[in-house]
Amino acid sequence: MIDGLQGVVIGHGGLAAALVTAAEEITGVHGVLVGISNRGCDRGRLEERIREAIGGRPSVLFVDLQSGSCFFAAMSSLKAMPDLRVVTGVNLPMLVDFVFHRAAGLEAAVTRAREVGEKAIEGTR
Amino acid sequence: MTLSLCRIDDRLIHGQVVIGWGTPLGAQLIVLVDDAVRANQWEQEIYRMALPHDVAVEFVNRDEALARLREWDADPRRVMLVTGDVETMAALVTGGEGVIRRVNLGGIHAGPGRHPCLRYVYLSDDETSTLRRLEATGAVITAQDVPTTTPVPLHRLRG
Repeated sequence: MIDGLQGVVIGHGGLAAALVTAAEEITGVHGVLVGISNRGCDRGRLEERIREAIGGRPSVLFVDLQSGSCFFAAMSSLKAMPDLRVVTGVNLPMLVDFVFHRAAGLEAAVTRAREVGEKAIEGTR
Repeated sequence: MTLSLCRIDDRLIHGQVVIGWGTPLGAQLIVLVDDAVRANQWEQEIYRMALPHDVAVEFVNRDEALARLREWDADPRRVMLVTGDVETMAALVTGGEGVIRRVNLGGIHAGPGRHPCLRYVYLSDDETSTLRRLEATGAVITAQDVPTTTPVPLHRLRG
């Protein structure tokens, strides 16, 4: 694991692992992102997985779905971890950007993830 | 209108509940019966923040739920009721004077003393006995994580 701010991606089924793999393939940077699945977890076990993945490091927790179990577990974790921030609606562009701009710190990373994630969405015809 | 869904799910309110069931059923009110969440304003705020704006939510403890079951059963809105464990749902079925006639086992995950029954249902011997007792009183109990899967009757569950 590389030092500094890390990104923890949490999602339903195999989504988080797939996003982390895709981001690593695109950036060539490994060890910045960690993926967590909610598969087979009740709320308590999911919060344990989050704690294990964060491991006391400053982290941005990227969540897939705002009304899902991952979001509720993430928000519960937020209360006990001052160096944790949560971003919902994770997408690949925001993860790729995070990998290269995480040195700016927690607050900047959250603002940037939101901007990049939103800007990446287009509807074409 | 009768309660649209009475579900046991240890993830409480989450994607399968809000989207998987809530969308096709047109849920307008979700009642979460959970003593811990009822006592925790922070948790309640998180749930309120995440739910679609057209879905109301109420947080009640077991006693409050028992007192209000008939009210929700007669509510013109489509109501889904969720408990986090078998024991709480059993109390509502037995104390609710027949209001709850069907119970959905939606997510009961691995834990001490529990045996695997389905990918998303693990039950202890005590929980299985409790559910069988409810079934003997006329309640229909099936496991079904999302509406698009086939419901599995209690007697067909492994373990």
